[in-house]
Amino acid sequence: MAAQEDVKRLCETLGKGVVGTVEFRGEHTLNVSLPTLHDALKKCREDLGYEMIIDLSSLDHFGDDPRFEVVYELATVDDSKHLRIKAKVSEDEEVPTATDLWPGADWHEREIYDMMGIRFSGHPHLKRILMWEGYPFYPLRKDFPLAGRPSEMPDVASTGVAPLEGGPFVTTAGATDTVRREPRAHVVE
Amino acid sequence: MPDFFHKRLERPVVRGQIPRQPARIMVSPSNTLHTAYDSKIEGNVIVTRVDAAINWMRKHSLWPMPMGLACCAIELMATASSRFDISRFGMEVMRFSPRQADVLIVSGTVTYKMALAVKRIWDQMPEPKWCVAMGACASSGGMYRSYAVLQGIDRLIPVDVYISGCPPRPEALIEGLMKLQKKIEGEESTLAQKKVFFEENA
Repeated sequence: MAAQEDVKRLCETLGKGVVGTVEFRGEHTLNVSLPTLHDALKKCREDLGYEMIIDLSSLDHFGDDPRFEVVYELATVDDSKHLRIKAKVSEDEEVPTATDLWPGADWHEREIYDMMGIRFSGHPHLKRILMWEGYPFYPLRKDFPLAGRPSEMPDVASTGVAPLEGGPFVTTAGATDTVRREPRAHVVE
Repeated sequence: MPDFFHKRLERPVVRGQIPRQPARIMVSPSNTLHTAYDSKIEGNVIVTRVDAAINWMRKHSLWPMPMGLACCAIELMATASSRFDISRFGMEVMRFSPRQADVLIVSGTVTYKMALAVKRIWDQMPEPKWCVAMGACASSGGMYRSYAVLQGIDRLIPVDVYISGCPPRPEALIEGLMKLQKKIEGEESTLAQKKVFFEENA
Protein backbone atom coordinates (compact mmCIF):
# COMPACT_ATOMS: atom_id res chain seq x y z
CA MET A 1 0.00 0.00 0.00
CA ALA A 2 1.22 3.43 -0.94
CA ALA A 3 -0.08 5.10 2.23
CA GLN A 4 1.92 2.60 4.27
CA GLU A 5 5.12 3.72 2.58
CA ASP A 6 4.16 7.35 3.15
CA VAL A 7 3.73 6.63 6.86
CA LYS A 8 7.19 5.05 6.90
CA ARG A 9 8.74 8.01 5.11
CA LEU A 10 7.03 10.51 7.42
CA CYS A 11 8.31 8.58 10.46
CA GLU A 12 11.85 8.75 9.10
CA THR A 13 11.81 12.45 8.24
CA LEU A 14 9.88 13.74 11.27
CA GLY A 15 11.71 11.56 13.78
CA LYS A 16 10.60 12.32 17.33
CA GLY A 17 7.62 14.38 16.19
CA VAL A 18 5.69 11.22 15.42
CA VAL A 19 3.96 9.98 18.55
CA GLY A 20 2.63 6.78 17.05
CA THR A 21 1.10 5.10 14.04
CA VAL A 22 -2.06 3.05 13.81
CA GLU A 23 -3.17 0.73 11.06
CA PHE A 24 -6.72 -0.53 11.13
CA ARG A 25 -8.26 -2.46 8.23
CA GLY A 26 -6.11 -0.72 5.65
CA GLU A 27 -6.60 2.75 7.13
CA HIS A 28 -3.42 4.49 8.19
CA THR A 29 -3.27 6.99 11.00
CA LEU A 30 -0.28 9.04 12.01
CA ASN A 31 -0.29 10.60 15.48
CA VAL A 32 2.04 13.57 15.64
CA SER A 33 2.87 16.16 18.29
CA LEU A 34 1.43 19.63 17.82
CA PRO A 35 4.76 21.40 16.99
CA THR A 36 5.44 19.00 14.11
CA LEU A 37 1.85 18.98 12.83
CA HIS A 38 2.33 21.66 10.21
CA ASP A 39 5.59 20.11 8.94
CA ALA A 40 3.86 16.76 8.58
CA LEU A 41 0.95 18.29 6.67
CA LYS A 42 3.33 20.25 4.45
CA LYS A 43 5.24 17.08 3.57
CA CYS A 44 2.00 15.31 2.74
CA ARG A 45 0.87 18.16 0.54
CA GLU A 46 4.11 18.94 -1.27
CA ASP A 47 6.16 15.74 -1.35
CA LEU A 48 3.68 12.90 -1.02
CA GLY A 49 0.96 14.23 -3.31
CA TYR A 50 -2.03 14.52 -0.99
CA GLU A 51 -3.78 17.26 -2.96
CA MET A 52 -7.04 17.06 -1.13
CA ILE A 53 -8.22 17.58 2.44
CA ILE A 54 -11.42 15.58 2.79
CA ASP A 55 -12.24 16.61 6.30
CA LEU A 56 -10.87 18.36 9.30
CA SER A 57 -12.52 17.61 12.60
CA SER A 58 -11.86 17.68 16.30
CA LEU A 59 -12.46 15.57 19.39
CA ASP A 60 -13.02 16.53 22.99
CA HIS A 61 -11.43 14.04 25.40
CA PHE A 62 -13.01 15.70 28.41
CA GLY A 63 -10.99 14.86 31.50
CA ASP A 64 -7.74 14.00 29.71
CA ASP A 65 -4.79 16.34 29.86
CA PRO A 66 -4.34 17.45 26.29
CA ARG A 67 -8.08 17.92 26.15
CA PHE A 68 -8.67 18.21 22.40
CA GLU A 69 -7.50 16.39 19.33
CA VAL A 70 -7.61 17.60 15.72
CA VAL A 71 -8.02 15.07 12.93
CA TYR A 72 -6.99 15.67 9.31
CA GLU A 73 -8.30 13.35 6.60
CA LEU A 74 -6.07 13.55 3.54
CA ALA A 75 -6.43 11.93 0.15
CA THR A 76 -5.11 12.09 -3.36
CA VAL A 77 -7.48 13.23 -6.06
CA ASP A 78 -7.28 9.88 -7.87
CA ASP A 79 -8.25 8.22 -4.54
CA SER A 80 -5.23 5.92 -4.57
CA LYS A 81 -4.05 6.98 -1.12
CA HIS A 82 -5.80 7.96 2.09
CA LEU A 83 -4.07 9.15 5.25
CA ARG A 84 -5.28 10.37 8.62
CA ILE A 85 -3.19 12.67 10.76
CA LYS A 86 -4.02 13.40 14.38
CA ALA A 87 -2.56 15.78 16.92
CA LYS A 88 -3.46 16.43 20.53
CA VAL A 89 -4.14 20.01 21.58
CA SER A 90 -4.48 21.31 25.12
CA GLU A 91 -6.95 24.02 26.03
CA ASP A 92 -4.54 26.96 25.88
CA GLU A 93 -2.72 25.92 22.70
CA GLU A 94 -3.32 27.15 19.17
CA VAL A 95 -3.16 24.94 16.09
CA PRO A 96 -1.23 26.22 13.05
CA THR A 97 -3.62 26.73 10.18
CA ALA A 98 -3.69 24.43 7.16
CA THR A 99 -5.25 27.03 4.86
CA ASP A 100 -1.82 27.83 3.35
CA LEU A 101 -1.64 24.21 2.14
CA TRP A 102 -5.29 23.52 1.32
CA PRO A 103 -7.61 26.53 0.91
CA GLY A 104 -10.47 24.10 1.58
CA ALA A 105 -9.43 23.89 5.22
CA ASP A 106 -10.77 27.40 5.77
CA TRP A 107 -14.37 26.62 6.66
CA HIS A 108 -13.47 23.42 8.49
CA GLU A 109 -11.20 25.38 10.81
CA ARG A 110 -13.87 27.99 11.34
CA GLU A 111 -16.36 25.28 12.25
CA ILE A 112 -13.94 23.75 14.75
CA TYR A 113 -13.37 27.16 16.27
CA ASP A 114 -17.13 27.74 16.44
CA MET A 115 -18.16 24.39 17.88
CA MET A 116 -15.14 23.37 19.95
CA GLY A 117 -13.30 26.59 20.66
CA ILE A 118 -9.93 25.52 19.29
CA ARG A 119 -8.13 28.52 17.82
CA PHE A 120 -6.07 28.33 14.61
CA SER A 121 -3.06 30.63 14.33
CA GLY A 122 -2.53 32.19 10.93
CA HIS A 123 -6.11 31.63 9.75
CA PRO A 124 -7.13 34.49 7.41
CA HIS A 125 -10.66 34.93 8.74
CA LEU A 126 -11.23 33.10 11.99
CA LYS A 127 -14.79 33.90 13.01
CA ARG A 128 -17.78 31.78 13.91
CA ILE A 129 -19.44 30.04 10.99
CA LEU A 130 -22.70 28.62 12.44
CA MET A 131 -23.42 30.47 15.66
CA TRP A 132 -23.33 34.26 15.72
CA GLU A 133 -20.40 36.40 16.78
CA GLY A 134 -20.69 37.01 20.48
CA TYR A 135 -22.28 33.68 21.40
CA PRO A 136 -20.48 32.88 24.65
CA PHE A 137 -20.30 29.05 24.49
CA TYR A 138 -18.77 26.27 22.40
CA PRO A 139 -21.67 23.86 21.93
CA LEU A 140 -19.88 20.65 20.96
CA ARG A 141 -17.69 20.56 24.03
CA LYS A 142 -18.53 17.70 26.37
CA ASP A 143 -19.27 19.98 29.31
CA PHE A 144 -21.88 21.89 27.32
CA PRO A 145 -25.39 20.51 27.94
CA LEU A 146 -27.33 19.45 24.86
CA ALA A 147 -30.32 21.44 26.10
CA GLY A 148 -28.26 24.59 25.77
CA ARG A 149 -27.57 27.45 28.12
CA PRO A 150 -29.39 30.75 28.22
CA SER A 151 -27.57 33.65 26.63
CA GLU A 152 -28.74 37.11 25.81
CA MET A 153 -27.57 39.44 23.07
CA PRO A 154 -30.23 42.04 22.35
CA ASP A 155 -30.69 42.81 18.63
CA VAL A 156 -28.64 39.77 17.58
CA ALA A 157 -30.00 36.61 19.16
CA SER A 158 -30.93 35.06 22.45
CA THR A 159 -31.03 31.42 23.40
CA GLY A 160 -32.90 29.47 26.03
CA VAL A 161 -32.80 26.00 27.48
CA ALA A 162 -34.66 23.30 25.57
CA PRO A 163 -36.92 20.96 27.55
CA LEU A 164 -35.41 17.49 27.27
CA GLU A 165 -38.02 15.47 29.24
CA GLY A 166 -35.66 12.76 30.52
CA GLY A 167 -33.08 13.41 27.89
CA PRO A 168 -31.70 11.85 24.75
CA PHE A 169 -28.41 10.00 24.71
CA VAL A 170 -25.66 12.24 26.00
CA THR A 171 -22.25 10.66 25.74
CA THR A 172 -19.59 10.84 28.41
CA ALA A 173 -16.02 10.39 27.23
CA GLY A 174 -13.75 7.96 29.04
CA ALA A 175 -16.44 5.84 30.74
CA THR A 176 -15.74 2.14 30.94
CA ASP A 177 -18.97 0.64 29.65
CA THR A 178 -21.71 1.67 27.24
CA VAL A 179 -24.34 2.23 29.92
CA ARG A 180 -22.14 4.78 31.63
CA ARG A 181 -20.82 6.25 28.38
CA GLU A 182 -24.28 6.80 26.89
CA PRO A 183 -26.71 7.27 29.79
CA ARG A 184 -30.39 7.82 29.09
CA ALA A 185 -30.16 11.15 30.86
CA HIS A 186 -27.07 13.11 31.75
CA VAL A 187 -27.27 15.24 34.85
CA VAL A 188 -25.55 18.54 34.22
CA GLU A 189 -24.30 20.42 37.26
CA MET B 1 -81.21 44.06 -27.21
CA PRO B 2 -78.81 43.12 -29.97
CA ASP B 3 -79.99 40.74 -32.59
CA PHE B 4 -77.64 37.86 -31.85
CA PHE B 5 -78.95 37.58 -28.33
CA HIS B 6 -82.44 36.76 -29.54
CA LYS B 7 -81.07 34.16 -31.88
CA ARG B 8 -79.35 32.38 -29.04
CA LEU B 9 -82.55 32.03 -27.10
CA GLU B 10 -84.37 30.51 -30.04
CA ARG B 11 -84.93 26.82 -30.18
CA PRO B 12 -83.27 24.91 -32.97
CA VAL B 13 -85.40 24.93 -36.10
CA VAL B 14 -86.67 21.48 -36.92
CA ARG B 15 -87.64 21.00 -40.52
CA GLY B 16 -91.37 21.24 -41.06
CA GLN B 17 -92.03 23.09 -37.84
CA ILE B 18 -92.80 26.72 -37.49
CA PRO B 19 -90.19 28.31 -35.20
CA ARG B 20 -91.73 29.63 -32.03
CA GLN B 21 -91.03 32.99 -30.57
CA PRO B 22 -88.47 32.90 -27.76
CA ALA B 23 -89.82 33.16 -24.24
CA ARG B 24 -89.10 36.50 -22.62
CA ILE B 25 -89.26 37.44 -19.00
CA MET B 26 -90.81 40.80 -18.59
CA VAL B 27 -90.54 42.87 -15.45
CA SER B 28 -93.30 45.42 -15.36
CA PRO B 29 -94.34 47.67 -12.46
CA SER B 30 -97.51 45.63 -12.03
CA ASN B 31 -95.48 42.52 -11.20
CA THR B 32 -93.71 44.00 -8.16
CA LEU B 33 -94.62 42.70 -4.75
CA HIS B 34 -93.68 45.80 -2.87
CA THR B 35 -94.07 49.41 -3.83
CA ALA B 36 -90.58 50.28 -2.49
CA TYR B 37 -88.96 47.66 -4.66
CA ASP B 38 -86.38 49.27 -6.89
CA SER B 39 -85.41 46.81 -9.58
CA LYS B 40 -82.36 48.89 -10.46
CA ILE B 41 -80.62 48.34 -7.15
CA GLU B 42 -82.33 45.45 -5.44
CA GLY B 43 -80.23 42.34 -5.78
CA ASN B 44 -77.07 44.40 -5.57
CA VAL B 45 -77.59 45.48 -2.00
CA ILE B 46 -76.88 43.41 1.07
CA VAL B 47 -77.76 44.49 4.55
CA THR B 48 -75.13 43.38 7.06
CA ARG B 49 -72.86 44.44 9.88
CA VAL B 50 -69.64 46.27 9.07
CA ASP B 51 -67.56 43.65 10.88
CA ALA B 52 -69.17 40.83 8.95
CA ALA B 53 -68.51 42.56 5.64
CA ILE B 54 -64.91 43.42 6.53
CA ASN B 55 -64.21 39.91 7.82
CA TRP B 56 -65.74 38.40 4.70
CA MET B 57 -63.43 40.48 2.53
CA ARG B 58 -60.37 39.80 4.67
CA LYS B 59 -60.79 36.09 4.90
CA HIS B 60 -61.10 35.63 1.18
CA SER B 61 -57.99 37.56 0.26
CA LEU B 62 -55.28 36.35 2.60
CA TRP B 63 -51.87 37.23 1.23
CA PRO B 64 -49.33 34.83 2.70
CA MET B 65 -45.75 35.66 3.50
CA PRO B 66 -43.93 32.35 3.00
CA MET B 67 -41.33 31.97 5.75
CA GLY B 68 -39.78 28.80 4.36
CA LEU B 69 -37.07 27.58 6.70
CA ALA B 70 -36.97 23.81 6.22
CA CYS B 71 -38.74 20.87 4.59
CA CYS B 72 -42.19 22.27 5.46
CA ALA B 73 -41.51 24.89 2.81
CA ILE B 74 -41.57 22.15 0.18
CA GLU B 75 -45.08 21.23 1.27
CA LEU B 76 -45.98 24.91 1.26
CA MET B 77 -44.80 25.14 -2.34
CA ALA B 78 -46.83 22.04 -3.21
CA THR B 79 -49.86 23.66 -1.61
CA ALA B 80 -49.39 26.73 -3.75
CA SER B 81 -48.96 24.82 -6.99
CA SER B 82 -51.59 23.42 -9.30
CA ARG B 83 -52.40 20.09 -7.68
CA PHE B 84 -53.54 21.48 -4.34
CA ASP B 85 -54.01 25.08 -5.44
CA ILE B 86 -54.65 27.51 -2.59
CA SER B 87 -55.91 30.05 -5.10
CA ARG B 88 -59.24 28.28 -4.61
CA PHE B 89 -59.32 30.10 -1.27
CA GLY B 90 -57.95 33.39 -2.56
CA MET B 91 -54.56 32.86 -0.92
CA GLU B 92 -52.33 32.39 -3.90
CA VAL B 93 -50.76 35.83 -3.76
CA MET B 94 -47.51 34.89 -2.03
CA ARG B 95 -45.63 38.05 -1.28
CA PHE B 96 -41.94 38.03 -0.55
CA SER B 97 -42.20 41.45 0.94
CA PRO B 98 -43.65 41.56 4.44
CA ARG B 99 -45.19 44.98 3.73
CA GLN B 100 -47.62 43.40 1.30
CA ALA B 101 -48.54 40.29 3.25
CA ASP B 102 -50.97 39.56 6.07
CA VAL B 103 -50.42 35.89 6.92
CA LEU B 104 -47.00 34.77 8.06
CA ILE B 105 -46.67 31.04 7.39
CA VAL B 106 -43.70 29.94 9.47
CA SER B 107 -42.83 26.68 7.76
CA GLY B 108 -39.79 25.01 9.20
CA THR B 109 -37.24 24.92 11.99
CA VAL B 110 -36.60 28.30 13.56
CA THR B 111 -33.03 28.40 14.80
CA TYR B 112 -31.98 31.02 17.31
CA LYS B 113 -29.88 32.61 14.61
CA MET B 114 -32.96 32.98 12.39
CA ALA B 115 -35.43 33.79 15.16
CA LEU B 116 -34.92 37.52 15.31
CA ALA B 117 -35.10 37.76 11.51
CA VAL B 118 -38.53 36.09 11.65
CA LYS B 119 -39.56 38.49 14.40
CA ARG B 120 -38.40 41.42 12.34
CA ILE B 121 -40.39 40.28 9.32
CA TRP B 122 -43.44 39.89 11.57
CA ASP B 123 -42.94 43.43 12.87
CA GLN B 124 -42.72 44.76 9.32
CA MET B 125 -46.07 43.26 8.33
CA PRO B 126 -48.95 45.74 8.49
CA GLU B 127 -52.03 45.10 10.62
CA PRO B 128 -54.29 43.15 10.43
CA LYS B 129 -51.98 40.15 10.39
CA TRP B 130 -52.08 36.53 11.37
CA CYS B 131 -49.48 33.86 11.95
CA VAL B 132 -49.59 30.17 11.10
CA ALA B 133 -47.05 27.86 12.73
CA MET B 134 -46.72 25.10 10.17
CA GLY B 135 -45.33 21.78 11.35
CA ALA B 136 -43.84 20.43 14.55
CA CYS B 137 -40.67 22.57 14.47
CA ALA B 138 -42.39 25.92 14.15
CA SER B 139 -44.99 24.91 16.75
CA SER B 140 -42.73 23.47 19.45
CA GLY B 141 -39.20 22.98 18.19
CA GLY B 142 -40.17 19.51 17.02
CA MET B 143 -37.49 16.89 17.27
CA TYR B 144 -34.81 19.54 17.72
CA ARG B 145 -34.48 19.65 21.48
CA SER B 146 -31.17 21.40 21.29
CA TYR B 147 -29.15 24.51 22.01
CA ALA B 148 -29.60 25.81 18.48
CA VAL B 149 -33.37 25.74 17.95
CA LEU B 150 -36.10 28.03 19.26
CA GLN B 151 -38.67 25.83 21.02
CA GLY B 152 -41.70 27.13 19.13
CA ILE B 153 -42.20 30.39 17.28
CA ASP B 154 -44.93 31.34 19.79
CA ARG B 155 -42.14 32.29 22.19
CA LEU B 156 -41.49 35.25 19.92
CA ILE B 157 -44.65 36.11 17.99
CA PRO B 158 -48.36 35.38 18.56
CA VAL B 159 -49.59 32.34 16.64
CA ASP B 160 -53.18 31.93 15.43
CA VAL B 161 -53.10 28.42 14.00
CA TYR B 162 -50.77 25.52 14.78
CA ILE B 163 -50.55 22.75 12.20
CA SER B 164 -49.25 19.38 13.33
CA GLY B 165 -47.18 17.14 11.11
CA CYS B 166 -43.58 16.62 10.17
CA PRO B 167 -43.99 18.00 7.58
CA PRO B 168 -47.78 18.43 7.32
CA ARG B 169 -49.34 17.42 4.03
CA PRO B 170 -50.74 20.19 1.82
CA GLU B 171 -54.25 19.16 2.87
CA ALA B 172 -53.29 19.87 6.48
CA LEU B 173 -52.00 23.32 5.56
CA ILE B 174 -55.21 24.05 3.66
CA GLU B 175 -57.20 22.84 6.68
CA GLY B 176 -55.19 25.15 8.88
CA LEU B 177 -55.75 28.11 6.60
CA MET B 178 -59.47 27.34 6.54
CA LYS B 179 -59.41 27.30 10.33
CA LEU B 180 -57.77 30.71 10.14
CA GLN B 181 -60.58 31.88 7.84
CA LYS B 182 -63.06 30.66 10.47
CA LYS B 183 -61.18 32.63 13.07
CA ILE B 184 -61.19 35.79 10.98
CA GLU B 185 -64.95 35.37 10.50
CA GLY B 186 -65.48 35.76 14.23
CA GLU B 187 -63.33 38.85 14.69
CA GLU B 188 -64.98 42.06 15.85
CA SER B 189 -62.48 44.69 14.80
CA THR B 190 -64.79 47.70 14.32
CA LEU B 191 -66.81 46.78 17.39
CA ALA B 192 -63.60 46.70 19.41
CA GLN B 193 -62.55 50.03 17.91
CA LYS B 194 -65.90 51.51 18.83
CA LYS B 195 -65.49 50.25 22.37
CA VAL B 196 -62.08 51.85 22.66
CA PHE B 197 -63.46 55.07 21.18
CA PHE B 198 -66.26 55.24 23.75
CA GLU B 199 -63.93 54.34 26.60
CA GLU B 200 -61.51 57.08 25.61
CA ASN B 201 -64.25 59.69 25.26
CA ALA B 202 -66.23 58.69 28.33
